[in-house]
Amino acid sequence: MEAGMVTPAPALVRFSGIQKTYDGEHLVVKNLDLDIRKGEFITLLGPSGSGKTTTLMMLAGFEVPTHGEIYLSGRPIKNMPPHKRDIGMVFQNYALFPHLTIAENIAFPLSVRKTNKADVEERVGSALRMIKMETLAHRRPGQLSGGQQQRVALARALVFNPQLVLMDEPLGALDKRLREQMQLEIKQLHETMGITVVYVTHDQSEALTMSDRIAVFNDGIVQQIDKPDALYEHPVNSFVAHFIGENNVLAGTVETVDKDYCRVALAAGGTVTARAINISGAGASTSLSVRPERITIIPDGSSSDGPNRLPAKVQNTIYLGDHALAVLDVSGNAEFMVKLQPGAHDSLTHGANVFVTFRPEDCLALDPV
Amino acid sequence: MTDALLTGGNASTEVPLKRRLRRAERTRQVKALALVLPLLVFLLFTFAGPIAGMLWRAVDDREVRQVLPQTVAALADWDGKDLPDEKAYAALASDIVAARASGTIAIAAKRLNYALNGFRTILTSTARNLKTMPEPGAAKETLGKINAAWRERATWTTIRDASGPITGFYLLAALDLVRNVDGAIVAAPPDQAIYRSLFTRTFIISLSVTALCLILGFPVAYLLATLPPGRSNLLMIFVLLPFWTSLLVRTCAWIVLLQSKGVVNDSLHWLGIIDEPLRLIYNRFGVCVAMTHVLLPFMILPLYSSMKAISPAYMRAAASLGAPPFTAFLRIYLPQTLPGIGAGSLLVFILALGYYITPALVGGAADQMISYFIALYTTETANWGLASALGAVLLLATILLALVYGKLVQGQQVTGGMKN
Repeated sequence: MEAGMVTPAPALVRFSGIQKTYDGEHLVVKNLDLDIRKGEFITLLGPSGSGKTTTLMMLAGFEVPTHGEIYLSGRPIKNMPPHKRDIGMVFQNYALFPHLTIAENIAFPLSVRKTNKADVEERVGSALRMIKMETLAHRRPGQLSGGQQQRVALARALVFNPQLVLMDEPLGALDKRLREQMQLEIKQLHETMGITVVYVTHDQSEALTMSDRIAVFNDGIVQQIDKPDALYEHPVNSFVAHFIGENNVLAGTVETVDKDYCRVALAAGGTVTARAINISGAGASTSLSVRPERITIIPDGSSSDGPNRLPAKVQNTIYLGDHALAVLDVSGNAEFMVKLQPGAHDSLTHGANVFVTFRPEDCLALDPV
Repeated sequence: MTDALLTGGNASTEVPLKRRLRRAERTRQVKALALVLPLLVFLLFTFAGPIAGMLWRAVDDREVRQVLPQTVAALADWDGKDLPDEKAYAALASDIVAARASGTIAIAAKRLNYALNGFRTILTSTARNLKTMPEPGAAKETLGKINAAWRERATWTTIRDASGPITGFYLLAALDLVRNVDGAIVAAPPDQAIYRSLFTRTFIISLSVTALCLILGFPVAYLLATLPPGRSNLLMIFVLLPFWTSLLVRTCAWIVLLQSKGVVNDSLHWLGIIDEPLRLIYNRFGVCVAMTHVLLPFMILPLYSSMKAISPAYMRAAASLGAPPFTAFLRIYLPQTLPGIGAGSLLVFILALGYYITPALVGGAADQMISYFIALYTTETANWGLASALGAVLLLATILLALVYGKLVQGQQVTGGMKN
């Protein structure tokens, strides 16, 4: 599953057989095994209710696993209170203490550790310089913008050099432009300081931008842990294929399997060749997954032979600036998206009959949806 | 429309624009005022008016002036060093004869008796014995014969000091001060000096009750603010339940519980903890217990609302940053509840200052607060001047406290307050 880590660093955190239930009936986290390496930026990605935040809270010490053990630097920490874990955390709404100034907020983790005064001052000063907010040291959190509060929260979580930093959807409250800027800043901090970061988000583009590895959560189970490009190119199941990036789905039945490839008969007629990724064998139903940018539209009448050539009807075209989308009706899927060069959509008339084609290696046969 | 827009930036049209703005805002202000007018009028007649009237009575002093007008006029230019001259005696004699005829002598006698014990006897005996106006030039001698007190300077300074129309007499009395024969302000004789210790006692009882309410109310408010809504609503009903019964009933319930044959003493006796019943009521203990019980909701509710506004994320953040629970409470939670602590304490303290029924029912003689004496002077002895003066001093102290509190709270808001 883990594609090509060159230097496997030792695991800083190990989740071992973790289960968590709140009501004694439903498992929010089902049997989690996860290693987090020193110095890596790992993102727990998944829809709400998938167990990613619960996993983070168990690591922080605010929730206790129902079963299993968590190890931090080789020590079991299941029953260790949060304040002894030496884990910095950035919260969803920053949780900056409103009655303290920015400098006092950043000094807080140092002062509860009884650091001497000169040292506190020096480290708070350098933290403020790091986030470029020296001039705002004596403001209160309520007087700062969202982005500034976010930076302070970050500085506060980093100033005591924790062995691990947790971030719980820290950019959720910011607008898009600021969010993208902060993503880069956090990524840069991670690289320059060499810290280990566990980041929780439901935003897949955020995960792709920042992470060394992404753990995709669904239904209390880690569906796949991999590097961002591997997740995109080689999803192990339909959920991951759907959740990461855009994706077209075609339902069908496996006819024959030949090593890595298989022939699939589509439910609406026609057959295609696809890579056999997650199918149980001939006769099983499957969902085919094709990325929009891997599809070519062939105007009606032009004679081109290809293994995967399906008739399609143009429903709509959408212009998006840097690219355009064609919405087609292909084999019963009326929202089949094809990514085009900007301008290419002009030649497509609504209701026109065309063909779509894609390479067999770009078409993945996955578990049925 | 377009013309107005085009000339909008012109200096000459700026003034009309401002005036238009003022006019528009004035209409809104008038409307707002009209809406609150009924309440304002109501408050004026039922609240501001009576209070102002009451405060006025603390300095109002016209009884002697009305009954003995000639004497007051004759004493206006008396230097007060020796006995007044014959003219003043004649004026007094004439006033007494007139007052006796109209039956108003008791009004002046009552007022003068406040200032000088025994003045009532002096005045009534003089009135009784002065059958007719004395011969011209013999008034001094005649009055001196009827009552030797007329030969004393203090008798005359008392009349002069009570001649009004306004006086500091009652306010000074409320602070245990009097004017002596020479007009200087001195401490009242020890047997009359009770009000300063009374104010002290009132403040000490109020402070104790406030402290007790804070100690008992803080955990309850914390529980209310942190429990899931269903259970916290149930608890909230229990907190508010006392409001559904009358103050009198609640106070009397404490008498039943705490008296020497009451529930508490019987239980303790049955458990073998005590042999003799403890004295739990008609003393300071009973007053504090009953008042704390009655005032507790006024502490819990402001505390609850300030705690409700504190996100649980703060405590989690403090823990994740390495603060043990108690440190996190002390440095993160407690400071954020300060506005609630301030509001609750001020509310309880001010309410406690004016408490009357509870101490009157469950307190002993040494536990009566200032309100008891205000009520006493208003209803029993009809010494409205002193009652008003005590009320005025209490009101002043309360206003000062409220101002100090306001300053503290304002300082807090400037430095962050409840934002975020």
